[in-house]
Amino acid sequence: MALVFDIGIVSLLIAIGAWMIMARDTLVAVIIFVVYGLLMSIAWVRLSAVDVALTEAAIGSGITGMLLLSAAARLRQTEGAGARPSFPVCVAAGSLCALISAGLAGVVLLPADVAPTLAPLAVANLADTGLENPVAGVLFAYRALDTLLEKVVLLLALLGVWSLGSDRAWGGAPALGAYVPPNDILVFFAQVLPPIGIVFAAYMTWTGASHPGGAFQGGTVLAVMWLLVMMAGVARAPPISSTKVRWLLVAGPALFLAVGFLGFVIAAGFLAYPVDYAKALIVLIEIALALSIGVTLALLAAGPPERTLQP
Amino acid sequence: MNSATLFGFCSAAIVGLGLFGLIVSPHPLRRILAFNLLGSGVFLFFGVVARRGAAAGLGADPVPQALVITGIVVAFSATALAVALVLRLFALTDEAAPTSEADPKAGAEGGHS
Repeated sequence: MALVFDIGIVSLLIAIGAWMIMARDTLVAVIIFVVYGLLMSIAWVRLSAVDVALTEAAIGSGITGMLLLSAAARLRQTEGAGARPSFPVCVAAGSLCALISAGLAGVVLLPADVAPTLAPLAVANLADTGLENPVAGVLFAYRALDTLLEKVVLLLALLGVWSLGSDRAWGGAPALGAYVPPNDILVFFAQVLPPIGIVFAAYMTWTGASHPGGAFQGGTVLAVMWLLVMMAGVARAPPISSTKVRWLLVAGPALFLAVGFLGFVIAAGFLAYPVDYAKALIVLIEIALALSIGVTLALLAAGPPERTLQP
Repeated sequence: MNSATLFGFCSAAIVGLGLFGLIVSPHPLRRILAFNLLGSGVFLFFGVVARRGAAAGLGADPVPQALVITGIVVAFSATALAVALVLRLFALTDEAAPTSEADPKAGAEGGHS
């Protein structure tokens, strides 16, 4: 029965993926992409990866879909730009891609005799971190450096997006919601949903230590709530020169880095935690990161500054 | 056939589809979409590896899962940067050639080049 369900999910994923590539209209393709992301998060649950399922639903489908939808709407008139390559080129590309798929499928069919796994190691040392969710253990203890550098990548991407604004708009605010006509339903939801979303995000961040969830998922929910508020015009997007916004952006990574250096003094080295305070420190980092991730993701989706500051 | 193998085939097919879209799509935004599809196929492949590494009472190996979570967030930031670049590109093209729509000859030349 479970296999029948999986076959259904897999066929739907492939069919929807193909439809997304073939769809004539970009806006339609983006909407299909959102549906695809939600189906993909069901696939992640089927693979016993609930943490990834939450991330995929929130980021992969939710906020990426929002970003691409607004871009597709703005690029509506450029729809005809460029032409599909000629039929022989398409056939050649199709054969090449089919070959690559077949190669990957071969790799799937020929697994190693003993499947490589780090699960026993991850579980054996989990008690020292005080956490109960092994994925959080990997993210914030075993591979903390990856997670720290990922935050830096997010900030670099935001710098890249900001630098694409025109010189006149530097220090101004993203145009999100500035030109949207008043929409009662959107305003209603932008006023009703954020309190619920904020509680939900706080819960997701807090529970991440023991159950699926964590700073990424909580931060994304925060980002989506803030985007909703900005899009509805309930609160304007802040200017990028705002000191408060910049402090919020760096708070998470800065605290993470500070705790990392503190590791030299109170533990074994960089990004190491003392056993007694490990969980407290990790939860503290997660809370700061959730805030920073929320602000960073929302501003990434809001795009470069376009409105100059009112004098 | 177990479900991990099934999702393995699915990831192989999605990687192929995404790559195909990346090659043949004419519009930059469609290429970004195809690139995301390709990425999600690669992530799913990691998920299959994680599922096969189930041990010590866990349903799946937590290390590939953590890598995928990091990957999804980085993929989003790359997508946001790419979308901002595409929007800026089209804005600049509009500024540089404001008459291209009014002049069909210029438009046709632009289409062929």
